[in-house]
Amino acid sequence: MMSYLWGGMILIGIIYGAFTGNLQAVTDAALQSAQDAVTLCITMMGVMSMWVGLMEIAKESGVVERLTRIIGPALHFLFPKVPRGSRAEEYISLNVIANVLGLGWAATPAGLNAMKELENLRKQQGQAEGVATNEMCNFLIINISSLQLIPVNLIAYRSSYGSQNPTSIIAPAILATAFSTFVAIVFIVVINRIGKKHGRAKQ
Amino acid sequence: MNVLVTISNMILPTVILLVVAIGLGRRKDVYALFIKGAEDGFMTVIKIMPTLIGLMMAVGILRASGFFDLLSIIITPVVKVLALPAEVVPFLLIKMFSSSAATGLALDLFKNYGTDSYIGTLVSLAMSSTETVFYTMSVYFMVVKIRKTRYTLAGALVATVSGIVASVVLALWMCG
Repeated sequence: MMSYLWGGMILIGIIYGAFTGNLQAVTDAALQSAQDAVTLCITMMGVMSMWVGLMEIAKESGVVERLTRIIGPALHFLFPKVPRGSRAEEYISLNVIANVLGLGWAATPAGLNAMKELENLRKQQGQAEGVATNEMCNFLIINISSLQLIPVNLIAYRSSYGSQNPTSIIAPAILATAFSTFVAIVFIVVINRIGKKHGRAKQ
Repeated sequence: MNVLVTISNMILPTVILLVVAIGLGRRKDVYALFIKGAEDGFMTVIKIMPTLIGLMMAVGILRASGFFDLLSIIITPVVKVLALPAEVVPFLLIKMFSSSAATGLALDLFKNYGTDSYIGTLVSLAMSSTETVFYTMSVYFMVVKIRKTRYTLAGALVATVSGIVASVVLALWMCG
């Protein structure tokens, strides 16, 4: 999939450039962009090292664990069928907290484990094979609604491209993220309620 | 100064202070931990560097060929109603499929319009309040072999659109 996207971009660019007479500019851009990427990575190395270093302290001091335990009960509201204190609940809250703190490398494994636990739950409850349960849908919608509070990469990109104030977007980014997550939660609550009514009507 | 900017500027130092203070309070070797984590962060960037070079090169080629101008001309009438600048639309669409490809486009916009312009601010906010809908869904559902995803896509798209709407409103406020 990435090969087609990437290959397509290059083919379209060079062929279109040849027709519009921009071939020299295309060559310059290819070389310049490759250099820009390296310059950018050097800026990013500083910011990312700083953030991941701080998060290592947070993790080892039990901050991540603590936060995970705090949001567990709150999640119960969105995942009523997930038993309290179960592995599934643990993985879901770890995934959410890791996303909130911008720990992508910790979020994905936890998220995939959460899906596996939810799949076990589906089997236990004898629901249809290959069909997503409410819990799975809700978990993914929350996950995709974007949870990251401090967009560290973005701050690095902004400072690399000469922003007057690279961190000025933190507060509005938190607001935008909170809004999309809020809407996601409302969506979930509404659709689950409709589903319940439907279920009862059928019975 | 904008209130949001003032709050923004206080968040990072507060987080750093809290993390270090808690670490010291728990009698952890905070410096050694920081160095260990920093090494992980450093290696992460090294690992994504080739990807970024490849994608920025492709976006650079497309930009220089004049193709984006053509694309903007096609898109403008469609998005005029939505108060979205046409330049941002390719970024928003790609962001649903690939985070790294979207990053390539975002950086190109930063370069051409500046990070603090309306477009730069809008892209920054949209980047941090939306996720790769299709990529995440395919990876997560693939692990457990789920084929019928029911209302997941609808919910994910609703969340994404509200993230974009919030980004537009906040960017207008910040740059207005």
